Amino acid sequence: MTTQGWLFIATFLGLVLAITKPMGIWLHALYQGRRTPLHRVLGGVERGFYALCGIDPDQDQSWRCYAVHMLVFNLALALLTYLVLRLQGVLPINRLAYPGMAADGAFNTAVSFTTNTNWQWYSGEATLSNFTQMFALTLQNFLSAATGIALAFACFRGFARRSATGIGNFWADLTRVTLYLLLPVCVVYALYLIASGVPQTLAASVQVVTLEGAHQTLALGPVASQEAIKMLGTNGGGFFNANSAHPFENPSALTDLVQMLSIFAIGAGLTWCFGKAVGNTRQGWAILAAMLTIFLAGVAIVYWQEAAGNPLLHQLGVSGGNMEGKEVRFGIVGSALFSVITTAASCGAVNAMHDSFTALGGLVAMFNIQLGEVVIGGVGAGIYGFLLFALLAVFVAGLMVGRTPEYVGKKIEAREVKLAVLAIAVLPLVILCGTALASVLPEGLAGPLNKGPHGFSEILYGFSSAVGNNGSAFAGLSSGTPFYNGLFAVAMWLGRYFVIIPMLAIAGSLAAKRYTPATSGSFPTTGPLWVGLLIGIVLIVGGLTFLPGLALGPIADHLAMVRGQLF
Amino acid sequence: MARKHEQSLFTADLIAPAIGDALRKLHPRDLVRNPVMFTTATVALLLTVLLVAGHDSLAVGFKLQLVVWLWLTVLFGTFAEALAEGRGKAQAASLRAAKAKLTAKRLMGEGAAWEAVAAATLRQGDLVLVQTGDLIPADGEVIAGVASVNEAAITGESAPVIREAGGDRSAVTAGTRVISDEIAVRVTAHPGQGFLDRMIALVEGAERHKTPNEIALTLLLTGLTIIFLIAVATIPGFARYANGSIPVAILAALLITLIPTTIAALLSAIGIAGMDRLVRFNVLAKSGRAVEAAGDIDVLLLDKTGTITVGDRQASEFRPVSGVSPDELAEAALVASLADETPEGRSIVVLAREAFGQTARALPEGAQVIPFTAQTRISGVRVGARVIQKGAVQAILKANPQASETAAATELARVTEEIGRAGGTPLAVAVDGRLLGAIFLKDIVKAGIRERFGELRAMGIRTVMITGDNPLTAAAIAAEAGVDDFLAEATPEDKLALIRKEQQGGRLVAMCGDGTNDAPALAQADVGVAMNTGTQAAREAGNMVDLDSDPTKLIEVVGLGKQLLMTRGALTTFSVANDVAKYFAIIPAMFVALYPGLGVLDVMRLASPESAILSAIVFNALIIPCLVPLALRGVACKPMAAGPLLARNLTIYGLGGLLAPFAGIKLIDLAVSGLGLA
Repeated sequence: MTTQGWLFIATFLGLVLAITKPMGIWLHALYQGRRTPLHRVLGGVERGFYALCGIDPDQDQSWRCYAVHMLVFNLALALLTYLVLRLQGVLPINRLAYPGMAADGAFNTAVSFTTNTNWQWYSGEATLSNFTQMFALTLQNFLSAATGIALAFACFRGFARRSATGIGNFWADLTRVTLYLLLPVCVVYALYLIASGVPQTLAASVQVVTLEGAHQTLALGPVASQEAIKMLGTNGGGFFNANSAHPFENPSALTDLVQMLSIFAIGAGLTWCFGKAVGNTRQGWAILAAMLTIFLAGVAIVYWQEAAGNPLLHQLGVSGGNMEGKEVRFGIVGSALFSVITTAASCGAVNAMHDSFTALGGLVAMFNIQLGEVVIGGVGAGIYGFLLFALLAVFVAGLMVGRTPEYVGKKIEAREVKLAVLAIAVLPLVILCGTALASVLPEGLAGPLNKGPHGFSEILYGFSSAVGNNGSAFAGLSSGTPFYNGLFAVAMWLGRYFVIIPMLAIAGSLAAKRYTPATSGSFPTTGPLWVGLLIGIVLIVGGLTFLPGLALGPIADHLAMVRGQLF
Repeated sequence: MARKHEQSLFTADLIAPAIGDALRKLHPRDLVRNPVMFTTATVALLLTVLLVAGHDSLAVGFKLQLVVWLWLTVLFGTFAEALAEGRGKAQAASLRAAKAKLTAKRLMGEGAAWEAVAAATLRQGDLVLVQTGDLIPADGEVIAGVASVNEAAITGESAPVIREAGGDRSAVTAGTRVISDEIAVRVTAHPGQGFLDRMIALVEGAERHKTPNEIALTLLLTGLTIIFLIAVATIPGFARYANGSIPVAILAALLITLIPTTIAALLSAIGIAGMDRLVRFNVLAKSGRAVEAAGDIDVLLLDKTGTITVGDRQASEFRPVSGVSPDELAEAALVASLADETPEGRSIVVLAREAFGQTARALPEGAQVIPFTAQTRISGVRVGARVIQKGAVQAILKANPQASETAAATELARVTEEIGRAGGTPLAVAVDGRLLGAIFLKDIVKAGIRERFGELRAMGIRTVMITGDNPLTAAAIAAEAGVDDFLAEATPEDKLALIRKEQQGGRLVAMCGDGTNDAPALAQADVGVAMNTGTQAAREAGNMVDLDSDPTKLIEVVGLGKQLLMTRGALTTFSVANDVAKYFAIIPAMFVALYPGLGVLDVMRLASPESAILSAIVFNALIIPCLVPLALRGVACKPMAAGPLLARNLTIYGLGGLLAPFAGIKLIDLAVSGLGLA
């Protein structure tokens, strides 16, 4: 570990804190449906959409209505993506004449991009036409991200509204987020990437002659436009198989920093937006503080482990940290930081291969996902996932101040507790059952490339990534089989919507409640004590269930390395 | 807090029957109400079967010990509940005995004819006669007569109280004894639904329904149980990958230590004990919901008289108008008050004697007392031709219209306002129609009440004083007593409106009252404590009844509600935090055979895998009886703001819960390995 390394991490944290409030202010304007400067340019487009689709943006929807509209919309998107993938062979802009995807693969990919997971069992540049990249995947990147943010808005309204029946209008939220946030930022972002050397073309490839005189075909395409939303919308599905480790996706140290920052930008802004929505921005800062504390602890462990490297290699005279699977351009600290950001935030883009990290470095990445990606988290999904934990924290410890539990002025009662537990239980249920299934079935055991605990880590990571809608691969798991394609698709679906539905139900139930003003006797949900309590509950309720699995995977892997055995 | 029936928690006569009840509560019908304990019992049963039928690598002695400790875990839970109920049961038994003996003299039509019937046969609307020495057979309302009644059977207070027809003291309770005179009572309660019945059901816990917060907590605990069930059930699959297998007994042990058995075992005991504390405090809550609501109270409406001030006003000063000497006024006031037996009248006499050396001890010969009437609102004395009057300023002016135009009247008006501003009540004195001045009657704020309100403020509770006084007087007393707000010249409608307004703002309101006109407000308040001396209507409207009829107790009731919730929260947090250490005991023990390196996770350095697992299970079981006293007594409830309170409790029960099992399991491990048990 070096001072420069720590300064880099500190700089990143400083930048995150700096953009939190401006992003939050912008998000809050969209949350409230207020006029923004962009309305002058795009207001007509927004109204045109509503007129075209017969939507009244001011019509409040009950949580059930909101949920049904969201689900139907997402199902339709999944179906559209499935069709594009299947019919790729007959669709235009397919210069390399790639055939349509097989049913299981297309099903997996359609679910993967609809659920904001972007798990990729295939290699993008060798499987997908530019048409598919643009009209199936990039489109989904925008709309799945917008869905997530819309859901966060609906969730906030549950906390903020008093004695209300509705939690907003799904179509209005979706349109506003896409039109006034995702599209404008991505246009600027993509232009910046193009300026930095990221390709943006409809050409499929270019022939080059290397210095040695060999001929090489380099895949090209509309990379910059997909790259921008891939990071900003925490989607993570790369144009290329190597994802952000590929020089065409992530050409420089500066683009690397911007990419990392853009993963956290909306998630961090949403914490501020939540605080503003419930009338006390300190509520938002407290949540962000809890998130960043867990995040920093993760970064410290990964950086420490990766910098320390493999003692067995040191014995062989190879000094230095663990550079296996890392881009030399980004080095140890750049890769360590990126890996924690992408797994904390449900993004899944990678600039290094997590499978090649040290065992404990890989553990942090896996554990971040298993916590439910509530550390900043996916756009929208992170904050509403974290709020579920906040409800549990208030419920468990809130009684200790001698009042029945309340959070930001809303009483937390049986219904909310039941739904929160339901939502939180989905993750361990699907991840653990899926992993157990794959650990005993021959189809599952055929997946991991490595033996021993490391192979187990690969399976556990795969399921965690699918259920958590992260989409990053530990690599080393050959998942492009019908078994894994099917199982992961189901896992991604459950991991997304079986959290969303209870969450929306909670929002509906909270919105209907009256507001209890805070007094000096109320449970304090700002300040260090609350932050500490939140961290404790996230780790104990969210993390402890995975301890047996982690012990048999990365921990056993690490301890074996200490004893001189590698897998 | 004066607790009348102080009783030790663990006396032999409570523990012995509790053990029997604990065994009876193992019935699946009872267990299923507590999903966590039901799971524990199911696992214990499964292991019992496997002990006989199963084959694995584990020693039979080790498995036998596991089975025994699992059953003990369940038993400790049922025992805690039985013990909590036991205290109420003893009380219920004596109440029931009292009820069985009751007979009634039922009046037959007009006149005094009556027939003797068993109290249990009385219907609502029956008229009964209760004579000196009789026990009142049923709850009812006095419709004729006045009697003094000893209510010690209900309140524990032996001083008799007056019950009379009409007014706010007409309600009588079954089981209390008339000690003088006789009264006719109209029965107001259906058989089996009287106050005594309700009290029996309450102290016995028979009518106990889970409170909203308990239901929510049970849901959380059930959810955690399901999550941990999944976590444990998937381990065999993981182990299979590593080419190993984990015996069922070990998995069972892990499951039981992880699910929140501690809080689940104590949950209902905490609730019962909380109600019991209230009963011991002579307050009957009609539901557990009301006790929980008490903890949430944001606004306390307190009647001035009797709660904030001592019931009676005291004369503190004589304020003569110009041209009248203080002595002259004092003399007149003294003479006018000699026959006045009210506390106020007596205090005037005392002040006149002590401060002004007045010596008159008895009324002069031939003096004629003018009694106080509600119409004139004046009392006084006529001595020969001399007439001395005292009374409310308005009443005196009305009775002496010729005086109201004088300069003295103008000055008296000024004095009156001064007295009012200072929190006093003026009493005008006139001799032969000439105004002499006013007596300053002062409300005496109870000692220590200001500090109590300060404590309440620290806990985030706002106090509002309710008084019939004018705003000036009310403001002065409010400032002196340190209440946050006041409602002056309050009518019952004002009270109701104030409660509604606070509730619309999302605040929970508590109040106490006794009169029939308090009933709507009592019903509207989130916590309405009716005085036992009050009318039946008031007692029906409130959700608590204070047997001692002490309005100050409202403050303690809030404290008891908070204590109940805090105890529940503290033990939940403790229970959840315990899991960390248990994982560190069992995971290495379970997996060390698969990957020997995992032995380093055994931070407690336990003697052997078997000993580690057994120690965790033993700790998990023994922590329940260890926490029973805390569950039954409640955690200490200090009046402080939520922030410091949370910091304190989180340190004790959160951090303590994290660390305590590390020490506990290690100690048990030393014992287990020392004794060669595993």
